[in-house]
Amino acid sequence: MILAKVIGTVVADARASTLRGQLLRLVQLLDGRTLEPKGGMYVAADVTGAGEGELVMLSSGASARKAVGLQHAPVDLAIIAIIDEVAGASGTIYRSTQKEGAL
Amino acid sequence: MILCQVVGTAVSTRKDAQLQGAKLLVAVEVDPQGQALEKGTMIVIDAVGAGRGDIVLVATGSAANLTPQTTHSPVDATAVAIVDTVFSNGKVMYSSGG
Repeated sequence: MILAKVIGTVVADARASTLRGQLLRLVQLLDGRTLEPKGGMYVAADVTGAGEGELVMLSSGASARKAVGLQHAPVDLAIIAIIDEVAGASGTIYRSTQKEGAL
Repeated sequence: MILCQVVGTAVSTRKDAQLQGAKLLVAVEVDPQGQALEKGTMIVIDAVGAGRGDIVLVATGSAANLTPQTTHSPVDATAVAIVDTVFSNGKVMYSSGG
């Protein structure tokens, strides 16, 4: 899986019938040590309701379609989890600001 | 999935039987503003009625086979949506209206 940040939303009315109902988010891949942008920007189907600015875990390829509701969708990248916290050698380097409010 | 701009179409007469009727789009990968990236050109199958100039969402690998048009096709890249708008940080990064 891949660590990424949700940076936007993609709106697309004309879509394959099998893609209907899927939320499409713009994601930026991150360096796992610094959490700085590293790598490309992609569009992922979102089954978690992740908001812009949140760190997420992506699954790619056929595995992405194991996510709930994506079995028959033409999707090769999916947001399958919202990250609450990331710790590195120097301790916690990320803590979701959404977490306390949500729980 | 990746964002691509359709820059042309391709036509093929001799092809795999399962590609009969498939529309071939020539596409380049773009950033969320719609600007072309320094990557190669590819051919993608059209599942949404896209045309030249459109920004499309391209599904790759086995995901490319999960549209009614490509279920049994030997293809690995399909345009599965035409992008209207890309939003980021409260701003419109790209809009098909210009």
